[in-house]
Amino acid sequence: MKNDTTVERESERALVVTRTFNGPARIVFEAWTQPELFKRWWVPKSAGLTLLSCEMDVRVRGGYRLVFAGNPQPIAFFGKYLEVTPHSRLSWSNDESPDGAITTVTFEERDGKTHVVVHDLYPSKEVLDAAIASESTGGFAEQFEQLDDLLVTLDASAGRLKAERPGR
Amino acid sequence: MVQYSSIRFDASFAALSDATRRGVLEQLGRADASITDLAEKFHMTLTGMKKHVGVLEQAGLVSTEKVGRVRTCKLGPRQLGEEAAWIERHRQLWAARFDELDKVVEELKRREKADERRKRE
Repeated sequence: MKNDTTVERESERALVVTRTFNGPARIVFEAWTQPELFKRWWVPKSAGLTLLSCEMDVRVRGGYRLVFAGNPQPIAFFGKYLEVTPHSRLSWSNDESPDGAITTVTFEERDGKTHVVVHDLYPSKEVLDAAIASESTGGFAEQFEQLDDLLVTLDASAGRLKAERPGR
Repeated sequence: MVQYSSIRFDASFAALSDATRRGVLEQLGRADASITDLAEKFHMTLTGMKKHVGVLEQAGLVSTEKVGRVRTCKLGPRQLGEEAAWIERHRQLWAARFDELDKVVEELKRREKADERRKRE
């Protein structure tokens, strides 16, 4: 059985993701801080993205850089580690955008399991609203396209019906 | 997700089947606007734009508020569902990511056990 993943807008500026893992905190923490492990799970296959490189210097003020294949240019995500407390807390900046969130991950071990909380704090309500709206509008655009396709199909079948039944 | 969008799809079908009304929604997604602004932007008469906004308002896609002599339009209550939809997409991404992380954790646990066994031997 997979454990549940929850996502919640905790406040006007914060988005929180939680999940429990069936292993001790030191192992889960390792998977977040060693690049060769991190890159095995951070980009799920369903995301349809190709991770070209992943560099992580996991110490306070150390940098990270993830580069994805993009069209026409590769896309880089980068920032700095702000807090590194082994097996319990990790925090980094997201510097690819001037409005990037601060991500804080906490690892809490209980009975051999680890509860992970990913906390994204945005600089303002407006920035988080805009992040949600930009992707939502994207989703809307997709729905509009689907609607357009549907209308074309309906039109075409209506036309065909008329053609098949001349005189009606 | 799929169900969610198909419900909204049905309810909004008529409202969305018009290119101008879709344009108005996209416009309001960027910023609130008065009916006059919208009429100008879409090269329409005030009366024409009022009709379009009325259809969108009935579908819950737009809400309007009259302040003084100006009627301001913004995305309506149905749009609040957009945030829920976004959160659900976000959750699916993280769930997929964490399912992969489960595999890594299992592997590390196995490796640790094997190491311990080797030490004991």
